[in-house]
Amino acid sequence: MAGEPTRAPVEGPARHRAGVLELRDVTKRYSRDGRAAVDHLSLTVPAGEVCVLIGPSGCGKTTALKMINRLIEPSEGEILIDGHSVRERNPSKLRREIGYVIQQVGLLPHLTVSANVATVPRLLGWEKERTRVRVRELLELVGLDPDEFSGRYPAQLSGGQQQRVGLARALAGDPPVMLMDEPFSAVDPITRERLQNDFLRLHRAVAKTVVFVTHDIDEAVKMGDRIALMREGHLVQYATPAELLAQPADDFVADFVGADRALKSLSLTRVEEITLIPAPLVHVGEPALDARARIDRGEMVPITDHVLVVTEDDRPLDWLPVGRLDDLEQIPPSAPGGAEPVIDQVTTLRDALSALFEANAAYGPVVDDQGRCVGLIGAPEISAGFRRAAGVSTVEVPPSTPATLDAGTGGGGG
Amino acid sequence: MGAVWDAFQANDGWGQTWTHIKLSVTALAMATAVGLVLGVLCAKVGRVAAFLVVTVSNLGRTVPTFAIIALILALTSLGFWPAVLGLFLLGIPPILLNSYTGVREVDPGIVEASRGMGFRPLQVLGRVELPIAMPLVFAGIRTSAVQIVATAALAGLVGAGGLGVIVSSGLSNNQDDVILAGAIPITILAALAELVFGGAERLATPRGLRITRRPVIE
Amino acid sequence: MAELVKWSWVENNLDDIQQASIEHLQLVGAAMGIAIAVSIPIAILVRRRRIPYIAVNTVSGALYTIPSLAMFAFLLSWFGIGFEPAVIALAVYCLQLIIRNTVVGLRGVSGPVQEAARGMGLTRRQRLLKVELPLALPAIFAGIRLAVVSTVGIATIAVYIGAGGLGVLIVNDGIQRGLFVTPILVGAVIATVMALVFDFLLVLLERALTPWQRARAGTA
Repeated sequence: MAGEPTRAPVEGPARHRAGVLELRDVTKRYSRDGRAAVDHLSLTVPAGEVCVLIGPSGCGKTTALKMINRLIEPSEGEILIDGHSVRERNPSKLRREIGYVIQQVGLLPHLTVSANVATVPRLLGWEKERTRVRVRELLELVGLDPDEFSGRYPAQLSGGQQQRVGLARALAGDPPVMLMDEPFSAVDPITRERLQNDFLRLHRAVAKTVVFVTHDIDEAVKMGDRIALMREGHLVQYATPAELLAQPADDFVADFVGADRALKSLSLTRVEEITLIPAPLVHVGEPALDARARIDRGEMVPITDHVLVVTEDDRPLDWLPVGRLDDLEQIPPSAPGGAEPVIDQVTTLRDALSALFEANAAYGPVVDDQGRCVGLIGAPEISAGFRRAAGVSTVEVPPSTPATLDAGTGGGGG
Repeated sequence: MGAVWDAFQANDGWGQTWTHIKLSVTALAMATAVGLVLGVLCAKVGRVAAFLVVTVSNLGRTVPTFAIIALILALTSLGFWPAVLGLFLLGIPPILLNSYTGVREVDPGIVEASRGMGFRPLQVLGRVELPIAMPLVFAGIRTSAVQIVATAALAGLVGAGGLGVIVSSGLSNNQDDVILAGAIPITILAALAELVFGGAERLATPRGLRITRRPVIE
Repeated sequence: MAELVKWSWVENNLDDIQQASIEHLQLVGAAMGIAIAVSIPIAILVRRRRIPYIAVNTVSGALYTIPSLAMFAFLLSWFGIGFEPAVIALAVYCLQLIIRNTVVGLRGVSGPVQEAARGMGLTRRQRLLKVELPLALPAIFAGIRLAVVSTVGIATIAVYIGAGGLGVLIVNDGIQRGLFVTPILVGAVIATVMALVFDFLLVLLERALTPWQRARAGTA
């Protein structure tokens, strides 16, 4: 499979291109006889997948990333996108077709948000109208209201908002490949989790081939379709997150992954993949009698004697004790926040569990991408879902072999 | 004050003011062109060249400007262009150093992101680094302008023309009114240079760089 | 250079050269002493007050903008000739540099450091003397170094109000004798060397007064 240009499967609208990325024996030496920063790195990222490069600092992961868009020139080896060597391209033109997101974001401070997002389309010489439409679409895609944010300057944004603009900017030219260098490391943990979830969702909509550098194993397990663990310039193991946790290639990998591998496996499963408790939803303005009747008919099962008050479009607001239904005419409106933790369905079981513990709550409403409540989750559901997932990962997943992953990978033995 | 006004007119005040302005503007224009180009080159090329130029600029500042202008006039002649040459040389360091610093200190993350998006090297300079460095460049031009106006007065003192000539004549004849007839317009010109280029500095600052208050709410 | 510099003039005028240098040192020394003595207390007074600081900064900035020749001319017409008006003019130029740097230095003392000092029970006065001023020393020295270098240069103009100094060589022996190059060059060289030596001595003094700076540089 290595060596032959592979066609990207066509998924979704044509303008969401994704490409196969292939590194062949890529090596970077800074001096003639010095140790190689990256040593004969070979790996293939199938179109539309997220490959996480991880390892201790100095392992060469960022160097490897920057060789893909030629910010660093490889000393040896080939890098191919859809079978075409990046070496054949003019570096600036190549970079316009590779999205690039870095930890410092690097928004141009003298340009507005929309001008920042429009940077690559302008470099590519797009028509004004096409660029304008694209910018609005991208801002919406990354969760920023175009009317509110287009005219703002980077200095007027929070760290998380800046990185959202950074993401939109990287996607603007519809690149088949995206490179992300510790993109979420500079923000606080809560913002980071939200950015991760939004990125996962965004990746479903526009399945780019992504190379994602991080030093955080939890982030790697959560974000990656595959994880490439590097050490001193070498690829130690290239495997799916489940394989990496279940079958570390050697002691180094096991150490790096950490002793709490079982707990980390919680990150392998997303909330949407497990069975949730049906949520006892009552809508604001609904007659209390109707709600009572639904309970009596068994159509709705309160949880610990509470029902969940939601807006007309099912957004969670607050918990209401069942007893109060008898005192009320209709369900009163209440401010959101009482139902914390509200859990995003693309998040991992691990994040969900930690959110429950942090809020000291037995149950939390799970919401979809529109913020609509789709069910409830509590520690028992997480536990049950996890046991099932853990069983799968030890029984059904074959050991990591070159055949399942990638021919020519240096250290993939399981 | 009437006596000062009379002295101003009697000593060709308007003519000397015009000469003073011509000297300063010519020298400033040349210093801006050379200082900006050298500063940007220094920021872009090797560290050794940059170190040399920056050190020479800094050392140049320790030589008394009065002595430099007197030497240049003594070694050439008391004309317009020799005076411009002196003012030009003295006007370079602030612009050069500020351009150098301005371009050097652009956040490396911004430069990396720009390269990563596919800006060619000259595009990075023209569309990213220079706009961000502009406020500092203009601050340098302002410093230079005020300094050139002041030093042009010294050139006049030596005999090269401009308002310093009036001060010089007042000093040698011990006439306070004549001294002030030169000194007051020199001060006004310096203040004007400060105001005009201070305003230009504000105009040159892109709006996005003027915003300092950062909301932190997500 | 042999034709440019008439060494015979230098040999014949060594006494005058020495005299001019000593006067120059006196001018610069007196002006710097006054400027430091005035600027630092002003900076301490306005360091936490926005409006007074803006006022002080605006006034000292405006004074700084006045061209040196004009400044000397004004002081000449008000106070007549002599050493004192020259020293005042020179000191006025230093205010802006020293005040601004000192305030920036004092304001730069970090919150946690201030809080720790308060927490240990230091009084306002003790905090100023033992914490804020020492930590602001690098910034204060930066201001003083800039001020000294510019003062050495500007002092060459003091000759016009009869205050002597190296300007005597440049003006009386040089410019007024048909732009005789040798004394101008001698004056320029001595002034430059003087500025560099002052700068170097201040660097040494700063290092002696801020041993922690070196410790930091050593570990980095």
